[in-house]
Amino acid sequence: MTDLRTPLARARGLGSAKDGVHHWWMQRLTAIALIPLVVWFAVSLVMMSGADYAVVRAWIGSPLVMVLLILTIGIGLHHGQLGMQVVWEDYTDGALRVVMIVLTKFIAVVFGLGAIVAIMRIGFGG
Amino acid sequence: MSVANRPSNRPLSPHLQVYRLQLTSALSILHRATGIALSVGALYLATWVIYAASTPKAYAMFQEFNGSIVGRIVLGGWLFSAFYHLCNGIRHLFWDAGYGFELKDAYRSGWIVVGVSLVATALSWIVGLRLM
Repeated sequence: MTDLRTPLARARGLGSAKDGVHHWWMQRLTAIALIPLVVWFAVSLVMMSGADYAVVRAWIGSPLVMVLLILTIGIGLHHGQLGMQVVWEDYTDGALRVVMIVLTKFIAVVFGLGAIVAIMRIGFGG
Repeated sequence: MSVANRPSNRPLSPHLQVYRLQLTSALSILHRATGIALSVGALYLATWVIYAASTPKAYAMFQEFNGSIVGRIVLGGWLFSAFYHLCNGIRHLFWDAGYGFELKDAYRSGWIVVGVSLVATALSWIVGLRLM
């Protein structure tokens, strides 16, 4: 296929689509937020080893844990999908790349919302 | 064929198969690998919360899997991935801020990351298995 654009125009077309460093910056912001959250969550997870249904629900349903858990899962999934996007961009091409990136983002949103609804259901009863 | 797609005779830089694996590259690969594992692990944790909001019977089923050999490997692997990615992520943030680029510093911070994440993983496994 002939391409009438100059190499410079092609290079410009492959640029950052005007979103600059937004992706990079969001990855750093979420990383910083996740430092205390992941430490808290990992310690909690270990302490909950062997806990039964009632204990786990009482823990999830306490107000502070609800907030921290929603932050951890929400920011964690956001950070994860940003990273996975780069992985797909590095190893796949063309239509497959687009499909995998879109799928990754959809899955992150669905599981994130599912978890938030579940946490609220436990906390508020019903 | 456009100019950009024309095969080039210019020399290529040596790639993976030419280099001996070094600490710095091994840790970089492990950072990506644990990142992928944690992305899948985040979906697993979301599933855990969703099961907890479900019936006791459904939750018992999920817990039974967690207690199995495979479940223990998944959760233990999640803990290692989390500690490693956390420590090496902090190392990355220092680089982003412009610190630690000297080869000697990159190796030292690399070994610190290996040490801290292994100790944290071992501690969490010991405490977790005792409480199980």
